[in-house]
Amino acid sequence: MIGDFMPTFFEKKQLVTPGEMLAEGDYLPGENTYVEAGKIYASRIGLVDSDNKKVNVVALRAFYVPKMGDIVIGTVIEVGFNGWTVDIKAPYTAMLRASDVLSRPFKPQNDELSQVLTAGDLIVAKIATFDRAHDPQLTVGEPGLGKITRGQILHVTPTKIPRIIGRKGSMISMIKQETNCQIILGLNGVILVTGKTLEEEELAIFVIRKIEEESHTSGLTDRITHLLKEKKIGKVEENKVE
Amino acid sequence: MNEKPDKLIDKKGIRLDGRKADELRPVKLQVGVLSHADGSAYIEHGKNKILVGVFGPREVHPKHLMQPDRMVLKVRYHMAPFSVQERKSPAPSRREVELSKVIKESLEPALFLELYPRTGVDVFIEVLQADGGTRCAAITAAALAIADAGVPMRDLVVGCAAGKVDDTVVLDLYDAEDKLGAADVPVAYMPALNAITLLQMDGILEPAEFEKAVGMAMEGCKKIYEMQKEALKTKYMVVKEVEE
Amino acid sequence: MSSLVTKVRLKQIEQLLEKGKRLDDRGLLDTREIKIEQGLIEKAEGSARVFLGKTEVLVGVKVGLGEPFPDTPNDGVLTVNAELVPLASPNFEPGPPDESSIELARVVDRGIRESKCVDTEKLCIEPGKKVFVVFVDIYVLNHDGNLIDAAALAAMAALINTKMPNYEIKDGELKMKQGYTQLPLKSHPITVTTGKINNRLIIDPWIEEEQVMDSRITFATKEDGTICAIQKGGSSYFTPQQILEASKIALDKAAELRKKLDW
Repeated sequence: MIGDFMPTFFEKKQLVTPGEMLAEGDYLPGENTYVEAGKIYASRIGLVDSDNKKVNVVALRAFYVPKMGDIVIGTVIEVGFNGWTVDIKAPYTAMLRASDVLSRPFKPQNDELSQVLTAGDLIVAKIATFDRAHDPQLTVGEPGLGKITRGQILHVTPTKIPRIIGRKGSMISMIKQETNCQIILGLNGVILVTGKTLEEEELAIFVIRKIEEESHTSGLTDRITHLLKEKKIGKVEENKVE
Repeated sequence: MNEKPDKLIDKKGIRLDGRKADELRPVKLQVGVLSHADGSAYIEHGKNKILVGVFGPREVHPKHLMQPDRMVLKVRYHMAPFSVQERKSPAPSRREVELSKVIKESLEPALFLELYPRTGVDVFIEVLQADGGTRCAAITAAALAIADAGVPMRDLVVGCAAGKVDDTVVLDLYDAEDKLGAADVPVAYMPALNAITLLQMDGILEPAEFEKAVGMAMEGCKKIYEMQKEALKTKYMVVKEVEE
Repeated sequence: MSSLVTKVRLKQIEQLLEKGKRLDDRGLLDTREIKIEQGLIEKAEGSARVFLGKTEVLVGVKVGLGEPFPDTPNDGVLTVNAELVPLASPNFEPGPPDESSIELARVVDRGIRESKCVDTEKLCIEPGKKVFVVFVDIYVLNHDGNLIDAAALAAMAALINTKMPNYEIKDGELKMKQGYTQLPLKSHPITVTTGKINNRLIIDPWIEEEQVMDSRITFATKEDGTICAIQKGGSSYFTPQQILEASKIALDKAAELRKKLDW
C-alpha cells in the first residue's frame, strides 16, 4: 500500500536544506515544502518526516506569521491617534485600537492614550484579525490579557513553542509546577516567566532554553523532569546548610 | 612592481596561482555569524572575504517601495575602502549599484515573493577583501544568509564564474586573470531546479567557448552548492543523543 | 523585538545596578571579553578585528601616496573614517555617514592624533610635494554596545599591524622598492568609555544599557598616564565629581588592558 511505503529520498527526521528533493509521485506537500513538476522539495532548513502521504518539514529556523486567535506577547512602540502600534516580532507591525482597551466610547480630545499604555510597555494580547491586505489587529479584551508589569522575557524560535507546551500541555505544566512560576507562551516565540524569586525564574528560563536546543532529540521529557527535580533538591540542601 | 606577466597559463596548463584550468579556488563558508541580523553568512572564496547580513521579512522603508501583493527584496552590494589595492571611497560607485541590481535579480527567483505581501527583505553584502569573482561569492553567501533568516526558498542560489585566459577556457578567475584575461562569465545557478538566475559577460568569446564556459561554471556551482548545504547543516546540526 | 528597551527590562537593569550587578553578570567596572586579530585583510597594509563581547569592529589601513596639506608641508596625512554598515544593526541604514558614524571617526581620530602616536613627519617623502597618506577605515560589523572603545582598540591594533611600502628617490624621481617597513608608532593610546545610569557609573556599556543610559564619557589615555582625548556624549549631564571618577576609572582600566595586551 502506498501509505505504508516511506519515500525513498529521505530518512525519518533527516536534516534537509531548501531545495532538497523529498519525494515524488503520490505524496502531498506539507509544511515548509513545495511542489514543482510533480516533485516535492523542502523550502526551509529542518527535519523531514511523513505522515501518511503528507511530507512535512519541521523548520529549525522560521519567523512568526500572525494567525487569528493566537496569543502573542508584544512591545508597544508608539502611541498613535486612536491606538497603539505594537511590535509582535513578526514581518507585520500590529495595532491595538483604543476602543478595544477603553471600556467606553473613545473620545480623542478627552482620552489620554499614553496614560493607559506607552512606548516600552509589554502586553499579552490575542490576534483579533489578520489578512493579506491589513496589518494584524490585537485585542486585550479577555481575561489573562493586558499589560505586563513584572517578570522576565525570553525569545525562542516560534517553531519550538509546541515542544515547550508538550503533549496536551504536559511539559509546560510540569515546568510551572516545579518552578512555582507563571509562564505565558506567546505563539510568536516570546515567553514571559514570572516567579516569586529570581532563582525560580532562572530555573524556568534555563529549562526552556534547554528544550529549545534539544527539542528534536529523544528522551527529552525524562531529562527535563530529572533536571527540574535535581535543581529543586539542590535548593533545599542549600537552605539546610544555613 | 606589478609587471604584466607574459602568459597567464603555461604550457602544462597551470595558471599563475598554480591551478589547473578546471580547478576552483578554496572555499570556506560559515552561517550565523552576526548576532543582530536575522540571518547571516561569511564566505572566503580564494582571497575574497565577504560578509552578508539579512533583515526581514519586515516593514518596507521608505513606504513608497512597498508592494501590496508581494514581498520586496532589496540588495546592497558594498565594498569596504580597504578591500582593494587602491583605497576605495565608501560612497557607492556605479559598479556597486549595478551589482546590487543583478545580485537581487539572481536571488529573487529563489523566493516565494507572494507569500508575504507588504513586507521586505534587506540583504546587505559587505566585501571586506576582493580578488575577482566577488559577485558570485556574494550570491553564494547571500543565499545562505537568507536561509539562515528562516525565509522560505525554492533552492539555495550559488555563484561561480568561468572565462578565458590566453586561449584556454578556465574556471573561477581571480583578480589578475579577470583584469588581463579575454573574458569573464559570472553565473548564478539553482541546482535543484536547473535554473540560471544570473549571467553576464565581460570580454569576447566564440559561441563554442561560451557554451564551454557556462558548462564549466555550472559544474563549479554544483561543487560549491554541496559546500553550502554542508555549512547550513553544520550550523543546525542535530544533537543526536545527549550523554548524561 | 524592536530595539526599544521595555519598561520591565529597564526595571530589571536598574534593580541589578543597585546591587552592583549587570544583566550579563558583570560588575559595574568589568569589561566584556576582548579578542583581537591582526593582519586578516592581506590586501590592506594593516588590519585588525576586535570583538568586545559580541560587538565586532574591523579596521583596515591603506597607505597611499598624496600631497601634503599646504600648511603642513613636512607632514604626511592621517585620516580616519567610520562606516556603521547596515548589517551591524537593524537600526543602521545605508547612506552617507550620519552624526553617529562621524562622531565615532572623529573621537578615534582625536585619540590617535593628539597622542602623536603616528609620527606624521616620518610619513613625509618629499617636503611640500609627496607624502604617505594613511587611511584608517573603521567598519562596524556588529553593534552590541560601546562602539567607541571597540573601534579605537581595533584602529590601534591595525596601526600596529601596518606596513609602509619602501621607496627610494633616484635622480629626483620617486621609485617604490620591494619590501616594507613597520609603521613607526610612538605610543599606544587606549580609550575607555564610562556610561551613567541613575547616577551609577558603568564601563563598557552593552547595547541595552546604552539605550537606557543618560550619558557617556570617553577618555583616551597614554602609557605615561596623560589624557589625550575626551568626549562626552548623550543628552544628560555629569557632575564634576563623576567626571573625575570616570577619568580615574579610565586610567586604571587602560593600564590593566595595556598590561594584558603588552602594549
